[in-house]
Amino acid sequence: MKIHPGKLLLLQILVAVVAIGFWQFGATVPVGGTYLLPEFFFSTPLDVMKRVVQLFVSGTIWKHLWITLTETVLAFVIGSAGGVAIGFWFARKPILAAVFDPYVKMVNALPRVVLAPIFMLWLGLGIWSKVALGVSLVFFIVFFNVYQGVKEVSPVVLANARMMGMSEHQLFRNVYWPSALSWMFSSLHTSVGFALVGAVVGEYLGASAGLGYLIHQAEGVFDVTGVFAGMFILAAFVLIIDWGVTRIENRLLVWRPQPAGEQA
Amino acid sequence: MEGQNMQTAMLRPPAGGAPGVDAPPAVALDDIAISFAIPGRPLFKAVAPTSLHVREGEFVSIVGPTGCGKSTLLNATAGLLRPAGGRVSIFGAPLAGLNAQAGYLFQQDALMPWKTALDNVAIALEIGGTRRADALAQAQDWLKKVGLARFGDRYPHQLSGGQRKRVGLAQVLVRGPKILLMDEPFGPLDAQTRQIMGTLLLNLWAQDRKAVLFVTHDLEEAIALSDRVVIMSAGPEARIIGDFPIDLARPRDTADIRLDPRFHELYRQIWNQLKAEVVKTYGEDTP
Repeated sequence: MKIHPGKLLLLQILVAVVAIGFWQFGATVPVGGTYLLPEFFFSTPLDVMKRVVQLFVSGTIWKHLWITLTETVLAFVIGSAGGVAIGFWFARKPILAAVFDPYVKMVNALPRVVLAPIFMLWLGLGIWSKVALGVSLVFFIVFFNVYQGVKEVSPVVLANARMMGMSEHQLFRNVYWPSALSWMFSSLHTSVGFALVGAVVGEYLGASAGLGYLIHQAEGVFDVTGVFAGMFILAAFVLIIDWGVTRIENRLLVWRPQPAGEQA
Repeated sequence: MEGQNMQTAMLRPPAGGAPGVDAPPAVALDDIAISFAIPGRPLFKAVAPTSLHVREGEFVSIVGPTGCGKSTLLNATAGLLRPAGGRVSIFGAPLAGLNAQAGYLFQQDALMPWKTALDNVAIALEIGGTRRADALAQAQDWLKKVGLARFGDRYPHQLSGGQRKRVGLAQVLVRGPKILLMDEPFGPLDAQTRQIMGTLLLNLWAQDRKAVLFVTHDLEEAIALSDRVVIMSAGPEARIIGDFPIDLARPRDTADIRLDPRFHELYRQIWNQLKAEVVKTYGEDTP
């Protein structure tokens, strides 16, 4: 099952070439008088690429990227901080957790997109309504992970720490906190992804800047090329953020055993 | 075998617990009973009222069939478990809360996985207020004593099972506890590593002779290490059914001592008593 890295890369490029080739072919070469992928609905790869380059050259994209990044980071930071704090608190106070349990479940069951109009009403069209939407997504992921992490601290590690003579405060610093953090970081990719989803969906529903706004504007004037260009930039943006998250994760979780076969 | 029953009877301290001329024992378990509440079932009586004293500097092993409640006696001594009845006294003082005089080496891995070997040992001192630099220096010293001087920067998952136990031993001993409680500490290790760890333990112990309460299901290990071997009956309502002084000379090498004729004699004598209990456990386990 081992494949040479060079060969793998070649095959991966081949997939892209075939897909883009098919797209270009369907959009520009008529088959029996009709286009397989009419340009009006699908644009062409060349046009999309030109548009992407143009967006970067003219510099208009930077503002939108900056806004989306700001919203994502804010949503992630605020949502994580809230999730860690409340998760910790609930895990250490089981009665509190039991009282709030049905409400937490209820709010979490709600598709968060329906909250977007409310946030917009409350917080306006600026970045904060998008941040709020992102927070509502991130919070629950982090909350559940931290809650689990604190509750599932190994009882032996805990007993050992107690026998060492750790006070509650020291247990928090040396046992509960690292354990909860490790659970939080195990969901880092998911929560960063959701922070971005919150930002983009919020922008899509009503904003004056951001990648979601860009895509929505293009769609409003049937500018399919613009939609695809926006999607392409968004995908690249997500990949870069994900790469950054992986770097941070590797730095912070050196103590964790590497799951077999996960290291690519 | 009548002599052993006599010994069992002698285990009980004199009624009233009048202080003797001797120093109080490091660990005194008097009429300890341990039971567990399992929902929907009658109270499970793990250990019937039982008494056991460990003198200062004495190495005592508790041997018994699986599930007889050996570990619960240890947990009661550590203060991790409240006995349903009886008294736990440490150096003559009744135990309240956790036993601050005792170090506990657990059967399972108890190191903090997010700390390096060195930090895992150093933290035991740091929480007591030792300055970090001092704590690290002492921790490094102890890692050296357990033969892991070059492994300080490894995380627990990067160490073998035997190495993790060594770190655990350093973590417990660095605090200088007066009592050492060990719950089948070498259970998960292979036979050779167990003997090496046993010898290491004896060498470290010989330096300051703490009171040790060592739980194991391995009779050979118990004889090789101990001054006294205590046999527990099969649970439920397990009790101590035998108490054997081990008069093998020290210092001992846990591998070589097994070839000693006296070792075999002791082994036969104790095994005869333990065998009946082992059979009983298996007999009760099969429906």
